[in-house]
Amino acid sequence: MEKKKNIVYPYMPNSVESIKKEMMDELGIKNIEELYSYIPEKLRMKGKLNLPEPLLSEIELKEHVEGILSKNISCNEYLSFLGAGCYRHYVPAVCDEVNRRSEFLTAYCGGTYTDHGKCQAIFEFTSLMSELVDMDVVSLATYDGGQATCTSLRMTHRITGRKELLVPSTMNPEILSQLRNYCDFMTITLVDYDPKTGQMDLDDLKRKISEDTAGVFIENPSYLGFIEEHGEEIGKIAHEHGALFVVSADPSSLGILEAPVTYGADITCGDIQCLGMHMGYGSGQSGYIASKDDPKFIMNFPNHFYSLYENEKGEFGFSRSLNQRTSYGSREKAVEYLGTNTGLWAITAAVYLSLMGPEGMYELGENIMYKSQYAVKVLSKVKGVKVLFDKSTNFKEFILNFDDSNKTVEEINKELLNRGIFGGKDLSKEFKQLGQSALYCVTELTKKSDIDRLANELSQILK
Amino acid sequence: MSKDVKLRNFHQAKWDEPIIFELSTPGQRGILLPRIDNEVVNTVGNIDEVIPKGMKRKNKPKLPELAQPQVLRHFLRLSQETLGQDINIDIGLGTCTMKYSPKIHEQFVANHKFSELHPLQDESTTQGILEIMYKMEQFLKELSGMDAFVFQPGGGAQAVFSNASILKAYHTDRGEGEKRNEIITTAFSHPVNSAAPHTKGFKVITLMPDKETGYPSIEALKSVVSDRTAGLFITNPEDTGIFNVNVKEMVDIVHEAGGLCIADIADANGLFGITRAKEVGYDMCHYNLHKAFSSPHGSMGPCCGAQGVKDFLAKYLPVPVVKYDGSKYYLDYDRPESIGKIRKFYGVVAAVLRAYSWIMSIGADGLKEVSELSILNNNYLMKRLLTEVRGISAPYSEGNYRMEQVRYSWQKLKEETGIGTNEVERRCMDYGVQEYYQSHPPYLVPEPFTPEPNETYSKDEIDEYVSILKKVSQEAYENPEIVRTAPHNAPISLIPTDPITNPEDLIVSWRVYKRKKGLK
Repeated sequence: MEKKKNIVYPYMPNSVESIKKEMMDELGIKNIEELYSYIPEKLRMKGKLNLPEPLLSEIELKEHVEGILSKNISCNEYLSFLGAGCYRHYVPAVCDEVNRRSEFLTAYCGGTYTDHGKCQAIFEFTSLMSELVDMDVVSLATYDGGQATCTSLRMTHRITGRKELLVPSTMNPEILSQLRNYCDFMTITLVDYDPKTGQMDLDDLKRKISEDTAGVFIENPSYLGFIEEHGEEIGKIAHEHGALFVVSADPSSLGILEAPVTYGADITCGDIQCLGMHMGYGSGQSGYIASKDDPKFIMNFPNHFYSLYENEKGEFGFSRSLNQRTSYGSREKAVEYLGTNTGLWAITAAVYLSLMGPEGMYELGENIMYKSQYAVKVLSKVKGVKVLFDKSTNFKEFILNFDDSNKTVEEINKELLNRGIFGGKDLSKEFKQLGQSALYCVTELTKKSDIDRLANELSQILK
Repeated sequence: MSKDVKLRNFHQAKWDEPIIFELSTPGQRGILLPRIDNEVVNTVGNIDEVIPKGMKRKNKPKLPELAQPQVLRHFLRLSQETLGQDINIDIGLGTCTMKYSPKIHEQFVANHKFSELHPLQDESTTQGILEIMYKMEQFLKELSGMDAFVFQPGGGAQAVFSNASILKAYHTDRGEGEKRNEIITTAFSHPVNSAAPHTKGFKVITLMPDKETGYPSIEALKSVVSDRTAGLFITNPEDTGIFNVNVKEMVDIVHEAGGLCIADIADANGLFGITRAKEVGYDMCHYNLHKAFSSPHGSMGPCCGAQGVKDFLAKYLPVPVVKYDGSKYYLDYDRPESIGKIRKFYGVVAAVLRAYSWIMSIGADGLKEVSELSILNNNYLMKRLLTEVRGISAPYSEGNYRMEQVRYSWQKLKEETGIGTNEVERRCMDYGVQEYYQSHPPYLVPEPFTPEPNETYSKDEIDEYVSILKKVSQEAYENPEIVRTAPHNAPISLIPTDPITNPEDLIVSWRVYKRKKGLK
């Protein structure tokens, strides 16, 4: 195999032949292969990797990659009403400024001293989240909101010793799929909903709950967009049966809507992508888990805790603590496995919450609340469109049903796309009982004129 | 030949920066939102009446209130108190492959044609990113010899969990799900190879290394393999940087017993173009795109565990997978035997975009150059450390070359000076380098540390690193107090962070700190 001569790679300082020779001389070898010649012949790669010719210059690389990316059409170009777990919120410039800093972007697992700033930022993330959800204990961010839900519900098993979970049949189907895999040793039972409101059917909950129930779970607002109003009763029913109450709450709602702990949640969890992360085709997801300051909860978190320490000079330092819980501390004896998650998104969320403050979070919630109600009012007037669960109040998302038109969601979305609009997520496969329905989303970035435009385009499409 | 490098008169940024809550001034605002259109307000009415009873938040969250310049300044100060790879010789964090993350990639991920893509957009509007995912899958198939990849796992550990999930599905389908409930791993494999299968319900058998070779003997494996064996989860080279030359025999033994073999190739940096998963006979593997493939580590994520399997397991992969029909790319959800979702959507696609760009910028020859230089750098570093630095040793496989990293021991230094690896680590940072990685559990190598001088470090930088360790070792013999009380040039001085074991002592929020201190 003939290697190309004299390529000096900009990312590889020692690719200069004279330097290689100097280092080989130090080792007393003639070629680098001598260093790995002990790898058995049968395991050695024969021939050269079959890959495209490289674009060695940055100019060519940039042209190539940007050329491919230019085939995409982004939500900056089309008007988007997509949500369903990933949201187009405004990302303050300061969030990008901070998370693109080399120091944070390229740090990793350094600890108390060299990465003091990173550790403090993570402590501030957990502290800020703890105010937002009004609970004392928050761990470092998880892979995504789905993982946060999975771990929270697995915690209920460890704490209660029971193996049954009750979850709403309206829950995020992706997260339900994650849960079925993650908690495959548990029985997961879906609790019905009131067809008029979408609210959890409390009678069905009472029928299904038992002394084997480890946890009762709700999403608030629900995946389908309505605010679950019976949190307190659901929590009470769970507690009466010795089960724990777990609530996944959208952080963007928590400036205006009650924190789940006030209506009885033992664990609060969710996704923080809405707190300053770009969508990035789903790259911005990240999860949080919060609980009370209670050892039986604390010792069941599998994630890192950055605890505060103080020295005699009054300086603060931060260190990973109670590591025996984690697989970095005790391999398979840990409560669950742990790996690298989403530290940079935790820092970004800390920046976001610091910028927003209590007033900003209130106004964000208020803004979305108004837009959601406005959208429901305006769109429900479009002929052929029904808003489902209209007896409930929506936050950020709502269902448009098109059964009264002669078109499917797929057809409608195609026509919207032709008009430069991403319609809502098609629910017709995952929620068959809802007919031809789509989940629409509005945020603080959605303007009144956007909603009016959607109503107008839908009127024409459904004419 | 090699020279001692003049050490830096270094001091890290020290801002003595308060906790953000201490900077709060009531009434200040960091950012404003647009006013809500009057017509919207008039149409909707009073929002307080719209919110369901009892659901309106009564007490606003006690978040700090700051103006924008002060928020920015605070976090920039914290960033300056952080030693990212971009600004230090980050050789110390071995097993992590702290390599240069090309800056041009950050322009790609910040491009709105990527950053503002919603994962549920119509596929006709995401052909570019699907093309990159599809092509990256083809690259990884070539690098590993595996038949299919997905990028859904949000990190290496989640990829191991996903592989464990497939392992369980495979045996369950064959009617052996109950019986085959044991997995085998090795003590020097990353701990997640124990913990993730255990989370999936498997019992874990850990093979200990042979005292001479550093990897488990064939006999040790034979003694635990049985008809209960579901699979082998193994890293090669292991944390020690020693390549297990018997790995194929181990894989054959497990296969013969009816188990599958799963490779953790997070540490791929010494393997490109040299040896592949296919030739070893593995059934599944994963790569960490934030390690050997240059995507930045991001203060511990977001990252991507690219999960690869052989054909006969592809039907179990998390849903969806990216396909190409000759004219367009699409997401295939019609996979009834899939284990389902591991993470929302398709994973951290930003890491895929960067890894794709990285491979396109160096090609096949460049990849082999990456591995050869990593191996050269590592053996050069090892030679210098073992011959020039007092108190250091490299247990196991003595006198032999290693792959991309080495787990060293300061045991001799500890015996002779009382200074162990914790103290050395703290003192090293006084000379401007990141803390080093000691060891994953179990701590078989006493007083361990594990540097990894990947291909993006220059010989001069490796020489500087050697000089730092030499100096600290010398200090341990001549002036141990300065080592014991280190760091002296960090953002904070020595702080008692002995691992707390009592959950009552945990302080992970400012409100808890204030409560424990009786502060308002």
